[in-house]
Amino acid sequence: MLVSIEWLSEYVEIEQSGKMISDRLTMSGSHADSIEKYGFKCTGIVVGKIISIEPHPDADKLVVTKVDIGGEEPLQIVTGAKNIAEGDVIPLATVGAVLPGNFKIKKGKLRGEVSEGMMCSLEEMGFGDSVIPKEAKDGIFILKDEYTLGDDIRDALKLYDDVIDFEITNNRPDCLSMIGMARETAATLSTSILIPEAEAKQCDGDIHEYLNTVTIEAADLCKRYMGRVVKEIKIETSPVWMQIRLMKAGIRPINNVVDITNYVMLETGQPLHAFDVEKVTGKEIRVRRAQPGETLMTLDGTERNLDENALVIADQIKPIALAGIMGGGNSEISETTTTILIESANFDGKTVRLGAKALGMRTEASNRFEKDLDVEMVAYACQRACALLEELGAGIVVNGVVDAYPVAYQAETVSMRLERAAALLGVSIPLADQLDSLERLGFDATCKGDVIDVQVPSHRGDIKIEADLIEEVGRIYGFHNIEAAPLRMEVRQGRYSEARVREDRAKEVMRGLGYNEIMTYSFISEKVYDQLRIPKASPKRQLIRLMNPLGEDFSIMRTTLLGNMLKVVSRNMNHGVKEMAAFELGNVFIPKSIPVTELPIEKMLMVIAEVSENTDFFSFKGSVEALLFGLNLSNVEYEPETADPSFHPGQCARILIDGQTVGRMGQIHPIVAENFDLDQSIFAAELNLQAFHKLAEDKKTYQPLPKYPAITRDLALLVPVALPSKSLEKAMKESGGKLVVATKLFDVYMGAPVPEGWKSLAYSIAYRASDRTLTDEEVVKVQNKILQRLEKDFEAKLR
Amino acid sequence: MKEQLLKIQKNGLQSIDASADLKSLDTIRVQFLGKKGELTQVLRQMGKLPKEERPIVGEVANQVREALSQAIEERKVSLKQLALEKQLLEERIDVTMDGVQKKVGHHHPLMQVKEELEALFSRMGYDVVEGPEIETVYNNFDALNAPESHPSRDMSDTFYINPELLLRTQTSPVQIRAMKDVEPPIRMVTAGRTFRFDDVDDTHSPMFHQMECLVVGEGVTMANLIDTIETFVHELFGDDIKTRFRPHHFPFTEPSAEVDVSCLKCRGEGCEACHYTGWSMELLGCGMVHPKVLENCGIDSEKYTGFAFGLGVDRITMVKYGISNIRLLFENDMRFIDQF
Repeated sequence: MLVSIEWLSEYVEIEQSGKMISDRLTMSGSHADSIEKYGFKCTGIVVGKIISIEPHPDADKLVVTKVDIGGEEPLQIVTGAKNIAEGDVIPLATVGAVLPGNFKIKKGKLRGEVSEGMMCSLEEMGFGDSVIPKEAKDGIFILKDEYTLGDDIRDALKLYDDVIDFEITNNRPDCLSMIGMARETAATLSTSILIPEAEAKQCDGDIHEYLNTVTIEAADLCKRYMGRVVKEIKIETSPVWMQIRLMKAGIRPINNVVDITNYVMLETGQPLHAFDVEKVTGKEIRVRRAQPGETLMTLDGTERNLDENALVIADQIKPIALAGIMGGGNSEISETTTTILIESANFDGKTVRLGAKALGMRTEASNRFEKDLDVEMVAYACQRACALLEELGAGIVVNGVVDAYPVAYQAETVSMRLERAAALLGVSIPLADQLDSLERLGFDATCKGDVIDVQVPSHRGDIKIEADLIEEVGRIYGFHNIEAAPLRMEVRQGRYSEARVREDRAKEVMRGLGYNEIMTYSFISEKVYDQLRIPKASPKRQLIRLMNPLGEDFSIMRTTLLGNMLKVVSRNMNHGVKEMAAFELGNVFIPKSIPVTELPIEKMLMVIAEVSENTDFFSFKGSVEALLFGLNLSNVEYEPETADPSFHPGQCARILIDGQTVGRMGQIHPIVAENFDLDQSIFAAELNLQAFHKLAEDKKTYQPLPKYPAITRDLALLVPVALPSKSLEKAMKESGGKLVVATKLFDVYMGAPVPEGWKSLAYSIAYRASDRTLTDEEVVKVQNKILQRLEKDFEAKLR
Repeated sequence: MKEQLLKIQKNGLQSIDASADLKSLDTIRVQFLGKKGELTQVLRQMGKLPKEERPIVGEVANQVREALSQAIEERKVSLKQLALEKQLLEERIDVTMDGVQKKVGHHHPLMQVKEELEALFSRMGYDVVEGPEIETVYNNFDALNAPESHPSRDMSDTFYINPELLLRTQTSPVQIRAMKDVEPPIRMVTAGRTFRFDDVDDTHSPMFHQMECLVVGEGVTMANLIDTIETFVHELFGDDIKTRFRPHHFPFTEPSAEVDVSCLKCRGEGCEACHYTGWSMELLGCGMVHPKVLENCGIDSEKYTGFAFGLGVDRITMVKYGISNIRLLFENDMRFIDQF
């Protein structure tokens, strides 16, 4: 809401500067976004009157004029302006004037003719292109009214002004008006307001000559509809003062009738519309839902198809306007219009909002209506518009009003306990101050004992409960005046959930291992599943879809983190990053049923990926092992996984803890890599962090350190190539019993002299007894036992 | 014979002094003091001496042996020293060359700020809790007192799964969950992913992050809220940063306020970045929990009051690190993340 201080001071006494008012109102709830200063960017412009216009002897496109600025001699001004005539009063920048952009006016010659200044357009006086009237664009601003020649233009046109742009919250549509802002100003600065009179005094004729009835058929969507007729309309430009106020408020002046409806909307917050009464068929106005199949050509020249969700203003046979949004071309005011109907009505906010949205347009009017306006302002705004039409000589107001107002406004009473206000705010505000604030805000407030009873005026639909009133007295007192007081509660540290502690630990371990944390969107494209080669029937493709995604790329809630990770790897490789190691912790979303009827399961997963020249399966596995170790997970097993379509069938392992699968790791399948535009070997793992919570052994008990030395013996074996090393080690431990404390594979060899289809594995086995030093014989005996077992179970041969 | 011995001593000492390393020193020791060494051979001829001369020559022989042994020991120490010095000299390297790279992983800046904020409130006694990304319309809007026709509920503002489920647009539904689960007193902080129907540009992302605090208890006042936020702002940005509470409107708090902090660039002096106001943009929204919200969660709004506040983690991250484009936070360029 753009508020001109010059205009505001018509309703409320103001002594403070624009800056001061903006600061004070900001602290009472109307946030000033910015202040535009008018009249400070131009100096030396005065009122002048063109007394003669002669052709330029040397230039077809220029004229030589004499301009009277109240001095002894008129000034000679050479100009190329087209829209001037002898007798016009204009703003003239005299020699020495400074215009916006620090443009200085000097005495000079134009094609040999002396020019002692420059006639000005509105732009040169600081107005933006978007608000300058169409006919005044690229032309000199012609002043219609009487001004004293030679006066500084800034005084003559009241240009000196601060225009504050206030951010108005959704709950306060009353503040989208000068009167509303005057009320806020009065309450904030402890001053009083004056609402201008609104009554046409010289009415003539009878409204029933033009209009018989107004019927509200859709009573749920229109609380009130009032209309007055004005005849003998003379369409012309508005007075300069009104044009300037409109422009400062961001609205382009058009003509007197349109300008007055806009002016009253800015003043009262109540949007108005003017119809050509002669185009209303049957002397009747109906406020109704549109019928299916009905159409209306709106003022912007677009044919609109209507349905029963649209609220229309109709005459006896057809819609003539979309209520609160835009008028119809069939009732539009034109140059031949002589009689108009001024509509002032209260329409349902939601209907206007959805309607305006469907049309893809928001207007000053719809923006106000959609917030549900003050039903009582309808009458004032209607009368005020008529009074202004009369005052400005735009027409003659016809006697009588049509007013459909089925249910009159009843003020509700809301009570505020003084003790409660003090308890909620943490400060006791003097009673007199509280009452004063409420009254200046327009409430009828009375104090009975410990309670203030408030009659809520129609413009404050946002006040419903005690807390709303406490906010009112609190904000006018000033939140900044409340002294901060420490919270009194038990002294303790906040807690993190166990799951969260483990997540943070997982991140810490991964960073320690050299992996960067990444963060990607929770919604992805379904195409990712094809890129990952996940078959259509896979449970991972039981997907939760958004009803209204931003696009296919963000249309489903992910069930795997791998796709986003590979995209990130791909993007980095494309950007010339040669090697990277990264991880992400994030939820996946698993529906309990398709279609989704209840909240899904959100499961925390971790994805890890690594690309570098030195990374192979085992170096990457080392990172996974370190992570699991760091999270107190033991009893981890890795089983070959040959069927995961996203991974290399020969380099993928299922990760099991206590026999439960918690994830998989390995090299990304070359086709999948290619699907993500990658030709490197990528190693990745996806782990179910959530499953770790039950499996981790966080409680630790000290184990005594060994008292006796361990004896280490090597064992080199020939075994079939396909035999997993872990099954040999498992057998060694089983067979050796408690004496075997560690087995370690230290060499793998294939090729001559090892026969085809066989491999040589070399282990070192550590033996120890907890109660004695083992002898050689004992160790030999155990190792032989192990060997026999391996020979029997695995066809292993000692090398 | 005495002369012979003194000559051995003289020659021996000369040889020892001239020895270049431990090996040649040992050869010298054998040559003079060994079983077949020069000194032993001279002493073997002692029998030929007159009886009375024997003790005198014997004493001289002992002195010679002593002198040589001592000289060898001393020479040994100095040769060791020389050898070590030589070795150290040979092992000298260029310590200015780069070390063998061992990479430490980096935080994602957004996660780092989120975790710092949570830790800060955890130290102040707030439990750190989590909530789901997919929420019910009830928890996200209805229970929070959002008007039925509020524009934020539109499909053009909020992502829906179906008419009852959505991607949470704020972290506030976690408040609802907490209040339904736990009896007051409640002190909680939650932070996480939130979603709004915004196209990606320099300052918008359809997924972003919020942090939210809630306190409910007996006698909790707006003065407590102001104190808590001031404390938090001082912890986050420094003691010289001021706060400004501007009345505002949120459906779930009453009274409500927005909080500005002093411009972080000029620390309140006034500069181009803050349009010479000394204040930066609003940092957070806050207020006293709306009685209806308490009642919706089964909490007696006469007995208990509470406050809540929420802020954008992404924006704080961007302000803190001078990041001007929000896309950087979600693109995960390693050259970006390596900076944190």
